[in-house]
Amino acid sequence: MCLSVPGRVVEIQNNRAKVEVGGVVREASMDLCPDAAVGDYVLIHAGFAIQTLDEKEAIETLDLLRKMAELP
Amino acid sequence: MKFIDEFRDKEIAQGLIRRIFEVSTRPVHLMEVCGTHTVSFFRSGIRDMLPKHIRLLSGPGCPVCVTPNQDIDLAIALSRRKDVLLATFGDMMRVPGSTSSLQKEKAEGRTIRIVYSPLQALRLAKENPEKKVIFLAVGFETTSPAIASTLLEAHNEGIRNLYFLNSQKRVTPALRALLESERVQIHGFILPGHVCTILGREPFAFLSKEFKRPAVITGFEPLDLLQAVWMLVNQIERDQAFVEIQYTRAVRDKGNPTAMSKMDQVFQPDEALWRGLGWIPESGCGLREPFNSVDARGIEADVEPSRDHPGCLCGEILQAVRTPPECPLFRTVCHPDHPVGPCMVSIEGACFTYFKYEQNPR
Repeated sequence: MCLSVPGRVVEIQNNRAKVEVGGVVREASMDLCPDAAVGDYVLIHAGFAIQTLDEKEAIETLDLLRKMAELP
Repeated sequence: MKFIDEFRDKEIAQGLIRRIFEVSTRPVHLMEVCGTHTVSFFRSGIRDMLPKHIRLLSGPGCPVCVTPNQDIDLAIALSRRKDVLLATFGDMMRVPGSTSSLQKEKAEGRTIRIVYSPLQALRLAKENPEKKVIFLAVGFETTSPAIASTLLEAHNEGIRNLYFLNSQKRVTPALRALLESERVQIHGFILPGHVCTILGREPFAFLSKEFKRPAVITGFEPLDLLQAVWMLVNQIERDQAFVEIQYTRAVRDKGNPTAMSKMDQVFQPDEALWRGLGWIPESGCGLREPFNSVDARGIEADVEPSRDHPGCLCGEILQAVRTPPECPLFRTVCHPDHPVGPCMVSIEGACFTYFKYEQNPR
């Protein structure tokens, strides 16, 4: 139920967006994420974008994990 | 960056598992609150790769599973009205009520539709103005803002035939109830990442402040799970208790204020009945005025007296007091083709997940 998938916003019109999720374009309401813009990655749940994803944070997490795993 | 594959790297995962083995010395029980986490732990195989003294407990975080029979029976009774079109998420269809299910009712000709989004229920209301369209709403704070937004849209557009049978739940009161009941020993919490995209960290602070339990807000990919276990074990080994965010790419400290404000506009905390956990204060989503005019509980229906299946242990399983294999019905009379309780129906129910993935019982 709380499953939510990341997708890239490709178009926004009147609060409704087209979001590409794994190669498939889905419609989503942007009502809960009014600041998201075309090109942003958002989490989609029950037909709504519920949060934008932060690429900088994702890279920092992966860098930290790589260090923890003692990988170059 | 696709935000999925990067967090499934096998070499990093192996390194993190080594790290967990290095730091972990104490036997611990970690509760994965969210059913999606339970599935992720099983599906990735991580459950079997952790030190044996780290025990993972499935919590009450499956909205379908915690929906009480009373609400299912009410939905069934409402669907029997000739003027009703009932819409709900697919997982709710097969959940057994006291003597029927929505799937059986649909087979007998009731007007019941599966929707992926509450917005589809709004569309159904517009397309069927002669019907009372009732959306059977289940979910936690991940889903409630979507329901609130839909309700507000219907209200603003003057759609008067869309009703809501609210059976949504709030997560934090249930965690408090679990800790206060002391029926199960929990040393740390793997907190539901997507609920926290909405709520942020603050509503969970009581876990560390009042109950001295460490907690980590966690994402759903294998590396997220491993990092969270490592973070929790580290806190426990050092006798610390903080609420930390592992899922930093999606969770902000203050959550999603727009979504929270929509929820607050529409819903007020209400006492709610949970399967297994009973009545919990402020754990439900009652409708505020003026939206209570679309509360489906106000529509007359002939509801049968509710009763639970006598052998079903879903209630105990949702509290982590028992595990699915301890239920005498599990794999015998209860299986995904013939579920006795909701935990065997939902794709994130503990029983369904154990049935599908468990090969090496721990």
